[in-house]
Parts: sequence; structure tokens; C-alpha cells
Amino acid sequence: MNYQWHWGVFLQPSASGDDTYLGWMLSGLKMTIALSLSAWVLALALGALVGVLRTAPNKWLSGLATAYVELFRNIPLLVQLFIWYFVLPELLPESIGNAYKQSNPMLQQFLASMICLALFTSARVAEQIRAGINSLPKGQKNAGLALGFTLPQTYRFVILPMAFRLVVPPLTSEFLNIFKNSAVCSTIGLLELAAQGRQLVDYTAQPYESFIAVTVAYLLINVTVMFLMRKVEHRVAVPGYLGGK
Amino acid sequence: MYEFDWSSIPGALPFLWEGMKISLEITLTAVIIGIVWGTLLAMMRLSSVKPLSLFAAGYVNLFRAVPLVMVLLWFFLIVPKFIEQLFGLQPGTDLRLTSAMIGFALFESAYYSEIIRAGIQSVPKGQMAACSALGMTYGQAMRLVILPQAFRNMVPLLLTQAIILFQDTSLVYVSALADFFGAAYKVGDRDGRLVELLLFAGAVYFVICFAASTVVKRLQKKFHPA
Repeated sequence: MNYQWHWGVFLQPSASGDDTYLGWMLSGLKMTIALSLSAWVLALALGALVGVLRTAPNKWLSGLATAYVELFRNIPLLVQLFIWYFVLPELLPESIGNAYKQSNPMLQQFLASMICLALFTSARVAEQIRAGINSLPKGQKNAGLALGFTLPQTYRFVILPMAFRLVVPPLTSEFLNIFKNSAVCSTIGLLELAAQGRQLVDYTAQPYESFIAVTVAYLLINVTVMFLMRKVEHRVAVPGYLGGK
Repeated sequence: MYEFDWSSIPGALPFLWEGMKISLEITLTAVIIGIVWGTLLAMMRLSSVKPLSLFAAGYVNLFRAVPLVMVLLWFFLIVPKFIEQLFGLQPGTDLRLTSAMIGFALFESAYYSEIIRAGIQSVPKGQMAACSALGMTYGQAMRLVILPQAFRNMVPLLLTQAIILFQDTSLVYVSALADFFGAAYKVGDRDGRLVELLLFAGAVYFVICFAASTVVKRLQKKFHPA
């Protein structure tokens, strides 16, 4: 193959004129990080709630939580994203739907992506939280109840403080996944890292440099997240458990 | 309020089925190659030969750190050029399906290898020692004793991964290949019925994946009665 390598292409002014191609990549990187972090916060909150409900003694509540998890786990992420982006605005009441469709397209792409990633990930977080709660010895809950705590109090003061610490390592991999999954959002035109990579290919005609740069950026995100989560894991590890102090 | 009109679906069913066949074809090849290559990777990773274990660790960690969308874009870029040169094909031959299959297979191998590595490590050490004591070579021990037990423990996980893989095949959308999802999108776009077709596609994926995961849960109970 006689491919002309040209790494200097990143420093050239971009087609829009006011930026370099490196600047495009950095803006994509920023978008990927903003999207993933905001979706992650939502996913943690929702996932914790659904995970707790799955262990609730009330059949209706736990059934509802199970249905939630199954729904979001058994439909491909891409299909969910397209439903949030293309279908939901149509199904809203007309006045709200029209106002939404006239809003900034970038805002629409970002909102659909964020909601989609958040709910998709929350189902997986919920499963981890449920597994964490179920991994605790039964005696913990019984002891809480025997001390006169109500069930919600037992969850709040006994079970959850333990469970949340135990699930940090498995949540690390979900946290990594949300960054990787955010690349799917390039399909609806959100200009995150993968989309900028494809755009770079079109504008610079240097596909290898563009893809290598984007791939390295994902690797860097991966390494950074793993490094930070290692620290968190170390801090919250429960003494006496594997991985504890 | 939005008025649903499902009328474009019945006529499109044969086209959608063609798409589903592509989705299943990609899933099946990727599962088979993924398990074979994943087993080899897992054995390399656990081997005491340093270069082999380093290579396997590097391979697995690289693929697991990069989004599938990126991996697919890479393969749609590289594989056609490579194959065209290798077999002297006309440039422009449609190699998207081949690229997708190779991309998925190599990507999923990394995930399968992690499952299989855990499976091999779940077999008690004494088994390997017993094999050596019986005079078996490493290869014989793996083939006749360790792997059969490991795979028995892994079946539910391998199948769960296959369900995830089936869902992931929808990502071939990035190459405009008409898998089931791509076909549904095309029909919806053509008829201006994107809402109905996307909901239909979601429902079909849900039914297939939910049914499959229910079967896997049953199997799990059968293999590991609580």
C-alpha cells in the first residue's frame, strides 16, 4: 500500500476556518466527556433506586423494577437511541412536540443521547446494586430489624452503606462502558469523538491518522477512568472483604 | 396526537426478514469465531510463555478499551482494501458484510476470551496436577479434562454474551448495511413511517432477546441447581 502519512494535518486550519483539525477533535472529546458524565450521574441515581426496588418485599414494586431492567436490557442501544431521538418528539402532545422540534438541533441530539445512555446504563447499574444487596449476609438485615429499625431505616443505615461500597468495582466497568457506548450517539449526528473522527476522514482525506487519533483518545479516557476508579475503590473497600484492607 | 399507521409493515416483512438473516449471520459467525479464537487467547493469556501472554493481554485490553463503533469503522476502512489486494478483486466490490463479520468476530473474541479465562481458572488446580500425574501432555489435559469442565460452567455466560452480540449487530448501521435494524430504518424512511418501524424493530429485538435470556436463565438453573 502506498499511503501518504501526514500527521501535520491536525495543525492545519479546518474547513470552517476558525479552528484547526486538532481543535475539532478536542471539541469532540469534550462532548464525549460531558455526555458520558452527565448520563452517568443520572444512571447512578436511577440505577440505585431501581436496584433497591428490585429487592423490595412488595411484589408490585419489585415487579415494576424488574420490568424496567428487562426493557432496557433487551433492546439494542442504537434502537433505543433512535426511539428517543425520532419517535418520542412525535408522541409528545403537539404543542410541546413542536416547540421541542424547533429548539436547537444540537440540544435535541444531546438530550436524546443523555436520556438514552442514562436509562440504558441505569438498568445495568440496578443489576449491580441488586447483586450487591443480595450478596450481604441475611443477618445484617435481620439485625437491623431486630434493633427496631423500620425496613427503610434498615436499608438506609445498614444495608445500603455496605452495598454501595461493595459494588464500586463492578460499577467501574459500567462507567467505562458509558464512555464507549457514547460513540453510538454519533449516529444521530451528535458531534462527539467518533463523529469528529468520521468528519476528519471526510475533510482531510487522511483516514488512518484520524482514526488512530480518535482511538488513542478513547484509550486515554479508558486509562484515566481506570486510574481514578482504582483510587476510589481503594478508599471505599470494606475491610475483611476480598479487595479490602 | 400522533396517528399510528402500521400498514407499511406487513408488505415489508420479506425485506425485514432478509435483514434479520444478515443480523443472525453476523451473530453466528462472530459467536463461533469468537469462541474458538477467544479460547486460544485465553490459553495464551494463562500460558507461562511471556510473549504469548503479553500478546493476548494486549489484544484483549485494546479491543475492550475501544468502542465497538470505532472498531467497525476501522474494519470498514481497512478490510476492503486488504482483501481487494489479497485476492485481486475489483475495487468497489461490496465487502461490507465480510468486514462486519471479521470486525465483530475479532472484537467479540476479546470479550469471549475473558469469559473463557475465568472459566478455565474456575477449574480446581488439582485437576491439572492429576493430568500431569497421569502423564498427559498440556494439550491433552486442556482438551480432555480442563476445557470440557470449564465450558460446562461457562455455557450460560457464553450465551448471554451471544445475546449482547446479537443486539450489537444493529451497529452495522454505521456502514449502511441492511441488517434487521437497517432494513426497518430504510422502510420507515421510505414510507415516512419511521415512528412505527422503529417501535416495531424495538419490539422484535425485545421479544427475541427476552425469550433467549429466559431460556439461558433456565439452563443456568439446570447446570447449577441452587
